[in-house]
Amino acid sequence: MDWKIFIRSILVITEKNMRIYYFKGPVVIFGLLFPLIMFLTFFIGRDLDLILFFPGFLGMMLFFTASSVGPLITPWEKREKTYERLVSLPVILESIIIGDLLAGAIFGVAITTIVFILCAMLLHLPLASAGLLAVSFILGSITFAALGTLLASPTTDNPSNIMMLSSLVRLPLIFISGIFIPLGQLTGWMFVLTSLSPLTYLVDLFHAALNGDAIYPPWFDMLVLVAVTLIFIVCAKIIQNRNLVKGI
Amino acid sequence: MDAIKATNLRKSFGPVTAVSDVSIAVPEGSIFGFLGPNGAGKTTTIRMLTGVLIPDAGSARIFGTDIQKDPLTAKLKMGVIPENGTVYSDLTAMQNILLTAKFYGLDPESRKARAEKILARLGLTGRKDDLVRTFSKGMRQRISIACAIVHSPPLLILDEPTTGLDVYSRRLVIDTIRHMNDEGSTILLTTHNIEEANTLCSKISIINAGKIVVTDSPEKLKKTFDTSRYVEIAFDQPVTAGLFIAPGITRAEPRGDKWLIYTDDPDRAVKYLASVAGREHLTIISIATSNPTLEEAFVRLTAGA
Repeated sequence: MDWKIFIRSILVITEKNMRIYYFKGPVVIFGLLFPLIMFLTFFIGRDLDLILFFPGFLGMMLFFTASSVGPLITPWEKREKTYERLVSLPVILESIIIGDLLAGAIFGVAITTIVFILCAMLLHLPLASAGLLAVSFILGSITFAALGTLLASPTTDNPSNIMMLSSLVRLPLIFISGIFIPLGQLTGWMFVLTSLSPLTYLVDLFHAALNGDAIYPPWFDMLVLVAVTLIFIVCAKIIQNRNLVKGI
Repeated sequence: MDAIKATNLRKSFGPVTAVSDVSIAVPEGSIFGFLGPNGAGKTTTIRMLTGVLIPDAGSARIFGTDIQKDPLTAKLKMGVIPENGTVYSDLTAMQNILLTAKFYGLDPESRKARAEKILARLGLTGRKDDLVRTFSKGMRQRISIACAIVHSPPLLILDEPTTGLDVYSRRLVIDTIRHMNDEGSTILLTTHNIEEANTLCSKISIINAGKIVVTDSPEKLKKTFDTSRYVEIAFDQPVTAGLFIAPGITRAEPRGDKWLIYTDDPDRAVKYLASVAGREHLTIISIATSNPTLEEAFVRLTAGA
């Protein structure tokens, strides 16, 4: 394989996605307003410990922003009949998957960084490790953008079908992730259940980066996120390859 | 070297065999027509040739590069206009072309210069900064073609490029195909328009029920099925069918103020009709011989489809 052409195809697909699907007024406004609404929902009127719950809030932000648009790109392009043209260009399935993933990850990092900076200034948040926080942002965005790409893979040209599937998968992942109840307070099967959600490990990383304490060691959280990302990418590749065999 | 060399391509969708052992060789520099009725397997074959669909069996090489084994290299050598394939409606005409050019690795200056040139050729310079969503179908198709040729591909594959277009857009598309061929591109064209294939293509394959039934030049195909030619003649006075009983004339049918004289030897029939006119003191108002048509060959070869 010609790696130069491969990398170029990834970058152009990323640029295409950013320009067509992410850098849209409504998408950016939603991306910025959504955290505000979530913050108000999360904290206002509830006697919550900000330091204890902010990593969960941040994790949820990153989870939603990185995985929100990605699931819709491929079905939308199939409906608009641009997908067949895209596949006939000098690209391979991996280019499309990684290009979609990168666009979602960049959007997730950008929005979450803005939200974090605003919150840090207004709420005087602690910061144990800026480096670890940056790695967490990038790794978490890639993981959940990969989830978005996987959710985009089933054979359909109807974005609303994918939105249903996306909600069906993403909402349970949030509920079992230890966002609403800190991991340290969970025991027994509840604790086991939280370990099934990749969001749990990102939130744990945020705890380590912001508060300096976490349930798992950071390297373990990172390892899990990398492993989950690879599983999402491989599954997306298998499903999309099957679509090419079946005729898109 | 053949621009396209497809060998025993096969594709089934469940119990339906869409393409069965299709082999075609498109000579470099030619305009090759791929004809067939609806559902014959044209688009399925094109999708396999362009890497959009994975075949069940067989292989396709683009200038010697296997599309399945090295898709990136193979796709760099071609420009594709898929059936119903369109461009991004949320981008302008210029943005669509420039984005496509990036996939082919054109440098920024070449991208811009080439895009301007193609837009001018396709009559879209005045609309280059408008969003494609505001374009008519014909204009969208022209942008689609502009994207496909932005890198001056050695091979251009067009799946029904003129279907549903107005006369002006259709003419621009055909002129562009000819121009690309003059500049050295090999063209593979699928079309329903027999006349289009007849005037453009140097070689034609006709596919029916997933199988190639014939591959030849349009003229040879027409001659192969040149069995029902006729002479159309009109006289200044009414005549009866009895006048046309002669060796070589198979039947005569009135058509308004004319007669259609069916024959397997038009030259002999014309000489006979001229002699009859002289003998019966008739004046020939008009006379014309029919040419064998590619449509005739197509209908015969795909009969029952």
